[in-house]
Amino acid sequence: MANYSLVVIGCSWGGFHSLREIFNVLPGDFAVPIVVAQHRLAQGPDGLHTSLQSASRIPIADVMDKEPLLGGAIYLAPSDYHTIVEGKYLALSTEEVVQFARPSIDVLFESAANSYGNTLIAVILTGANEDGAEGLRRVKELGGYTIVQDPKSAIRREMPEAALAKVRPDRVLTIEQIGPHLVELCSSKVGGDDGRP
Amino acid sequence: MRTEDLEQLEIDLLLEGVYRRYGYDFRQYARGSLRRRIYKRVLDERVASISSLQERVLRDPQAMERLVLELSINVTAMFRDPTFYLALRTKVVPLLRTYPFIRVWNAGCSTGEEVYSLAMLLQEEGLYDRTRIYATDINERVLQRAEEGVFPLDKMRGYTENYIKAGGRKAFSEYYKAGPRGATFKRDLIENVVFAQHNLVSDRSFNEFNVIMCRNVMIYFDKALQNHVHDLFHRSLINFGVLTLGRKESIKFTSHENCYEAIDGLERIYKKVK
Ligand SMILES: C[S@@+](CC[C@H](N)C(=O)[O-])C[C@H]1O[C@@H](n2cnc3c(N)ncnc32)[C@H](O)[C@@H]1O
Repeated sequence: MANYSLVVIGCSWGGFHSLREIFNVLPGDFAVPIVVAQHRLAQGPDGLHTSLQSASRIPIADVMDKEPLLGGAIYLAPSDYHTIVEGKYLALSTEEVVQFARPSIDVLFESAANSYGNTLIAVILTGANEDGAEGLRRVKELGGYTIVQDPKSAIRREMPEAALAKVRPDRVLTIEQIGPHLVELCSSKVGGDDGRP
Repeated sequence: MRTEDLEQLEIDLLLEGVYRRYGYDFRQYARGSLRRRIYKRVLDERVASISSLQERVLRDPQAMERLVLELSINVTAMFRDPTFYLALRTKVVPLLRTYPFIRVWNAGCSTGEEVYSLAMLLQEEGLYDRTRIYATDINERVLQRAEEGVFPLDKMRGYTENYIKAGGRKAFSEYYKAGPRGATFKRDLIENVVFAQHNLVSDRSFNEFNVIMCRNVMIYFDKALQNHVHDLFHRSLINFGVLTLGRKESIKFTSHENCYEAIDGLERIYKKVK
C-alpha cells in the first residue's frame, strides 16, 4: 500500500458546506497535509478559513508563499493567487486565470501530481464548472489516488461530472463517505497488504 | 530515468543555456510556475519537447524574447489590496513626514499601476514634491507602458472602488482623461519617477532608500533567491527604512527575519531595525 504524503481537494459552488462535512470527521492528529483550492471571489474577504475552522479539529490557514507543507495542517489557497505545490513547499502566483478561476484547481492538482506522484490523494467535490478535471487526469496519470464526489450527492454536479468524463477515479463517493475514506487511506495502521500487523 | 526527472533535466539545461547565451538567469525561479510557462512555449512554438525549445531559443533571439515575455508575469492593478494602501497612509506616511527627502524603490513595478497609486497617495498627503520614486523591472516593455501611463478604461470602475477603500481623498476620475486609447493618467504623477531596467537576480543596489516596495515578485523565486534579494533590499534600506511585501508574502522564514519589526504584520509592512 502506498504511503500517502499529501491530500489536495478542489471545489467550487457549494464547496464550503462540503468541506465542513469532510473536516468534521478528520481527527486533530491527521498526519497528512491537506491543500484546498476552493473558488472564491477575487477581492473576497479572507474570512473563509475562520468560518471553516469551526468545523475542523485541524488548524486551517490561508497559504503563505514558500510555506513548508506540514502534517496536521489544512492550507487554503488564497483568493486571487494560484497555489502551486513545489516539493515540500507551497508557492503562489498571480498569473492569469485558468478556466476562469484563480485559484485554479487544475494548477494546484497538476503541480501536486508532479511533486508527489503516487503518494498523492486528489479529491474533486461539488462545483458548477469544469475546473479540476484536467488536473485530476494528471494525478491519475502519475499514479496518484483519485476520488470524485458522487454527482448525485453534490450540491452542483457539473464539476464532478466533468472530472468523471475525463478520469475513471479510484472511488466515487458521497460526501459522508469521503472523510472516513481519507482517514482510512492515511492511517498507517490500516491497509497493510495482507492485513497482518 | 522517470519522465519527471527527465523533464527536470530538460528544464535545467534550457535555463542553463538561456543564462549562458543571453545572461538572463531564471535558474532559481520557482519551478512549478516556470514549468507551466515553459510548456506553454513548447505548445505555442509548436515544438515537440523542452529540448527542442532549447534548440530554437538558443539559435533564435526572437524565440528567446517570446520566452522572456512568457516567463515574466505582469499581472498588476491600481490600489491592489486597498487595505495595504490604507495602512501606508495611516502608518507609514507619518514616518515619512520626518524626512526632508524621500527615496522610494518600487521593485518589479510591471506596467506601473503601483507607481501611479503610490504617487497619488503621496500627492494627497503633500509629500510627493520631496519624493523620488525609482520604478524598476526586468522587462523593458512593461516599463515603456508604465511610462506611457495609459490604462484600460474598463478597469477604472474597479480601480475607483479600490481607491475609495484605500482612503483616497479626491474623485479618482480627476487623475485621468478618458480617450479612445484608454484612460491617460496625469503626467505630473510621474514627474518624480525614474523608470529603469533592473534585474533583482544579477544587478546591484543603486541607492539608499526610505521605502522599498516589492510585491508579488519574489513569489516567483525559490527560497535561496528570495534570500539573495532580501539581502539586496536590506543593504539598500536606510536604518528604520520601510520594506513592504505582497499580501501573502512574509518576512518570516527568510534569512532577514530578525532585521525587521512589523509596522503592520497583516499588510506585510516592516521596518528595518538592524
Ligand atoms: C506579478 S508582477 C507584480 C507587479 C506589482 N508589483 C504588483 O504586485 O501588482 C511581477 C513583476 O516582477 C518582474 N520580475 C520578474 N523577475 C524579475 C527580476 N529578476 N528582476 C526584476 N523584476 C522582475 C516581472 O517582470 C513582473 O513585472
